[in-house]
Amino acid sequence: MNDSPLLALFGYFALLSLFAVGGANAAIPEMHRIAVEVMHWMTERQFADSFAIAQISPGPNIIIVTLIGYHVAGLAGAAVATAAMCGPTCVLAFVVARTWDRFKEARWRIAIQSGLVPVSLGLIAASAFVLARSADHNIYAAIITAVTALVGFATRINPLWIFAIGGLMGLSGWL
Amino acid sequence: MQMSHPLPPAASVRPSLPELFSAFVVVSISGFGGALPWARRKIVEQKHWMTAEEFNEAFALSQFLPGPNVVNFSVVFGSRFGGAPGAAVALAGLMGPPLIIVTVLAFLYARFGDVEMLSRILTGIAAAATGLLMAVVAKMAAPLFRKRWDWAPLIAITAFIAVAIMQWPLPWVFAGLAPVSIALAWMKR
Repeated sequence: MNDSPLLALFGYFALLSLFAVGGANAAIPEMHRIAVEVMHWMTERQFADSFAIAQISPGPNIIIVTLIGYHVAGLAGAAVATAAMCGPTCVLAFVVARTWDRFKEARWRIAIQSGLVPVSLGLIAASAFVLARSADHNIYAAIITAVTALVGFATRINPLWIFAIGGLMGLSGWL
Repeated sequence: MQMSHPLPPAASVRPSLPELFSAFVVVSISGFGGALPWARRKIVEQKHWMTAEEFNEAFALSQFLPGPNVVNFSVVFGSRFGGAPGAAVALAGLMGPPLIIVTVLAFLYARFGDVEMLSRILTGIAAAATGLLMAVVAKMAAPLFRKRWDWAPLIAITAFIAVAIMQWPLPWVFAGLAPVSIALAWMKR
């Protein structure tokens, strides 16, 4: 297909950045589709690992694109993927931030804002589904996911503890 | 002292560019699993650069925009206080440190990703992180589905099926669904 992986990285992620309503989590299925299924840059396992590393790293979760970029084309890939994912949306944010306040009460603004909520919810739910498929390759991993979902929903426990427990259970050799 | 003020004065304190940068460095470094709570603490509670309402509005805008929310927020916030340089400085503070850390991790993973022990740990973390994301979905869905059965859950379910089950490309799904959803929101007033 494309002979330059950097060009492909840039093109895919720049486009993705403009459609990812709901942030990094909403973009996961499309990243997975491109990186694993279309371009065959990574295996399911490597994708799930990248997600895990992005989660335990400080900073915005979108940093997973840096990992994908590095995997594809080293340091240059990391830089290009990150710039592509953040650039277009940052420019948009900059432009919109200067005009948005003026339309605070406008009906179209309220319609856009509330119309996008269910779309991003559906996308984030799809992320959870895609991740479950690549992360839960046996019944024990699925149980960890289910228990974590319940704990995360019912309590306000710091996610780092949950990750630590998940990591330890993985280390113990169950998964 | 300041505590006796019923309301903190709106945006009375203006951050300088270095202050903007270091504030977002702190937000990004402490923001494990989402930087929002840290951003609110730093900007509203500690520095009084924004009132809670201003913060909520700036963040609502960042969420509505496509792309990573916290990244958008740094641009919206930075530009409000320092124009284009402010936006650039806040963005650099937010993204710089995690970029360095993650690049090191990516390098380590490329070298040691096949080590059995490491891959087991990551498997456990990925499973747990997936569960946490499901909890986020449930929390977001609760108010939407509680209202009574109207268009919103239908749109969410359609988006889910299109992306998760049909595996259609996101730009197409978005182009098909977002206008419908916005039109329905418009008509409902």
